[in-house]
Amino acid sequence: MMSKVVRSVARLATPAVLTFGLYVIMHGHVTSGGGFQGGAVFASAAALLLVAFGSERVKEHMKIPALTGIAVSGAVIFIGLGFAGLATTFFYNLFVGSPVFGHVPPFGPAHEDIWTAGVIPLMNIGVALNVVAGLTAIMVVMAIASENKRDGE
Amino acid sequence: MARKVAIGFTLVIVGTMLFATALMMRPFGEPPSAMDDYILENTQETTGANNAVSAVVFDWRGYDTLGEATVLFTAVTAVVMLLRRRKDEAPE
Repeated sequence: MMSKVVRSVARLATPAVLTFGLYVIMHGHVTSGGGFQGGAVFASAAALLLVAFGSERVKEHMKIPALTGIAVSGAVIFIGLGFAGLATTFFYNLFVGSPVFGHVPPFGPAHEDIWTAGVIPLMNIGVALNVVAGLTAIMVVMAIASENKRDGE
Repeated sequence: MARKVAIGFTLVIVGTMLFATALMMRPFGEPPSAMDDYILENTQETTGANNAVSAVVFDWRGYDTLGEATVLFTAVTAVVMLLRRRKDEAPE
């Protein structure tokens, strides 16, 4: 656990980091970014918490089985959406024209209509779950392992 | 001596290849295929996405993204498997 200054700054910065990560994920089909990038931003908040508060406290709240389950569910969402379009081809964008994210924008630059792009936003969310939970699980597991090693020496 | 000859030989070969590549390089803004123009013109119509990059990543090249996600997932699985602490293993 670091000093009180670091902990206070981490406490202030974490909501902003999480909000920005969520924004990058949710707007991946309209502006720059997407599931991978937003997921990495989101998981960096976990890194901040691990550095500021130490693995003893963080591992109480971030259990490895739960993180693994979230990662698996994200991968299953992604692959399931890929298989969902199998009536035409694998990874066919079947939601174009449907009520769910189905608007087809006119040709030209446009970024104000977020109800577009069919399965792409949903795939973004699946990949984001995969990336967030995966990176967080890696960091928590490594922190726990290094803590064990420190105690053992 | 043989070492210097080998180094010089390698340098000559690499330099020749670089020079040939520079001579054969296409002018800026003229890609060797029309695929990027096709994607820019048809992305909004076929995928409904305003962001052509996302459309390429998740729609035109969905297989590639599937591979990426699988690689990441495999790495996570391997790290958690290697570094976990088993239940019967005392934390010393």
